[in-house]
Amino acid sequence: MVTRSFVTDSGIMPKRFHTLQDLDDIDYPRRLGKPGEPPFTRGIYHDMYRDRTWTMRQYAGFGSAETTNQRFKFLIDSGQTGLSTAFDLPTQLGMDSDNDRSQGEVGRVGVAINTIEDMQLLFEGVPLNQVSTSMTINAPAGILTALYLVAGELQGVSLPNLRGTTQNDILKEFVARNTFIYPPEPSLSLAVDLIEYCSKTIPHWHPISISGYHMREAGATAVQELAFTFSNAIEYVSACVDRKIPPDSFLPMLSFFFVAGSDFFEEIAKFRAARRIWGRLVKERFGAKKRASMMLRFHTQTSGESLTAQQPENNIVRVAFQGLSAILGGTQSLHTNSMDEALSLPTERAARIALRTQQLIAFETGVTKTVDPLGGSYYVEYLTEAIEKATLREIDRIDSMGGALRAIESGYMQNEIQASAYRVQKKVEKEEKVIVGVNRYNDETTEDFKIYRPDVRAVRRQLNRLRSFRKRRSESKSREAVVSLQRGISSGKNSMPYLIDAVRKNATLGEISDVLREIYGEYKQRTSI
Amino acid sequence: MPKLMPKSNPRKLRILVSKPGLDGHDRGALILCKAFRDAGMEVIYGGVLTTPEQVAAMAIDEDVDAVALSLLNGAHMVAFPRVAKLLRDSNAADIVLVGGGIIPKEDKLVLEKEGITGNFGPGTSLGTIVKHVKDRVAKRSRTTTRPSQ
Repeated sequence: MVTRSFVTDSGIMPKRFHTLQDLDDIDYPRRLGKPGEPPFTRGIYHDMYRDRTWTMRQYAGFGSAETTNQRFKFLIDSGQTGLSTAFDLPTQLGMDSDNDRSQGEVGRVGVAINTIEDMQLLFEGVPLNQVSTSMTINAPAGILTALYLVAGELQGVSLPNLRGTTQNDILKEFVARNTFIYPPEPSLSLAVDLIEYCSKTIPHWHPISISGYHMREAGATAVQELAFTFSNAIEYVSACVDRKIPPDSFLPMLSFFFVAGSDFFEEIAKFRAARRIWGRLVKERFGAKKRASMMLRFHTQTSGESLTAQQPENNIVRVAFQGLSAILGGTQSLHTNSMDEALSLPTERAARIALRTQQLIAFETGVTKTVDPLGGSYYVEYLTEAIEKATLREIDRIDSMGGALRAIESGYMQNEIQASAYRVQKKVEKEEKVIVGVNRYNDETTEDFKIYRPDVRAVRRQLNRLRSFRKRRSESKSREAVVSLQRGISSGKNSMPYLIDAVRKNATLGEISDVLREIYGEYKQRTSI
Repeated sequence: MPKLMPKSNPRKLRILVSKPGLDGHDRGALILCKAFRDAGMEVIYGGVLTTPEQVAAMAIDEDVDAVALSLLNGAHMVAFPRVAKLLRDSNAADIVLVGGGIIPKEDKLVLEKEGITGNFGPGTSLGTIVKHVKDRVAKRSRTTTRPSQ
């Protein structure tokens, strides 16, 4: 007889079938509530997608500001409803395109943005009072946000009319993804600067998107994804409270970012559990009073690590299932991956199919006709309870270590994630976990699959523009602004007004980041294996 | 007639796993560290955000047999050959270089000419990679000797 394991990667064990008795000892109606009401298990809004379809927000960026601007317009013309900017690695690490270390990296995994001129070109012809823009930027989050605000100003859009999100989640960079510059403590302080500034001046901006996505991509389980994300969130909220920012003034501005992985029901349950955990947590720990403070708003992206380089067309199907789980889980916005992303950045054709996938979910499947259609499913409710319990246990463990910052500094989160990743890989090697096209049904090859090739002209254009920008600007004004930033930060002031002034006076991303490097130093990763 | 076989080298295979660029995606590199270790190798992890210069220097200082280079960000065509050149310039061309990441087919040919082999993509089994490293190091031991420094 063949014995098969039915345990999820998070260690949850489904039964042969589930019944109402699985939910017997819990106050089921109270723990579910109604959509739009605490504890928000069934959704943060009264009508959810009956009122408005989620925001279709495809992450895009490559080459120079001009090439990404074209892709943005293509996506908007194809029916996308929000923008999401991918920056190249030098930008994410606070290096200008002409830095030695940027060689070979400019415009590779995103767009290079160094100056106010770059930012203006990125959004040329895109009215910033009409779109919401998300920016995946962390270590230099304040600088890129400053550039966006000034680009808006130059379009004649005032701060209250700007809408968007800055990822600004530096803690998870130390756990996964690794685009940090400064050590954890000053990095956290810079992140709080942006939250504080936005809570006072830009009401429709989400100054942080606390992300489980990257930790999950690095190998975390669904439970670790939630627990580490919320532990990081507790660290940010506590830091804001320490600065005497009233909780109900900034909690409604927080947003979150999760993955939609391949285990369909576990993912749906994860999203539902996440809302319930956060709703209770902010009330109990931080005394939040406003309903909006308790609402977990989140963006979802389908899983990048589940995409296969083998038989890439199969990824269209993977993405469709994953996207569907995000919608059944009640996400506010969604990025569906392109089929070719295990091979290269997406081609235009692949990007269109990815967007079409979520349009199909929205307009053809009928899953939007009622709120939380799986609410009350014995199995989904059982999973939701199980994930919640396991997540709360893990959050407690991190609390007992002194919180997220300490758990990161000691390497706890990193080691746990590495162990999970290796465990899964060994299952794949032994075929205990099947990946279609990789360890089973892998007879086909992918000989004639067309992939995106980077355009070297875009890099040249970016370098030429940066050189000419430096020549054209008033050197004394930009230097003065940078010196004043240095003084402001050294005297403990919020960095944001200084950053805005510096980019307005044409200081570059790299110049500003270098000043902060001098003050805070650079962080060197310590990894145990 | 029995031949006298040379005594096998008691030294464990030493390998440096590195990411010579700005790419911080280290899941693959870290899994490989564990896999190489479980295959009996001595593993040195170079960490993220390193330069080709730092990687080449580490390889020489640590006296490794092989360097595994991993990048998922498309910078491999600049960074990998740079490591190869730095090792050649330091008389350390005997150090085996293997690569991995998101590497298009046409790039693989160019990298192989630079002596960087494997260039494994997503979905490659750990067994395949471990065997490749061992084979290349074994082949090198028979054909080359390490120049004294």
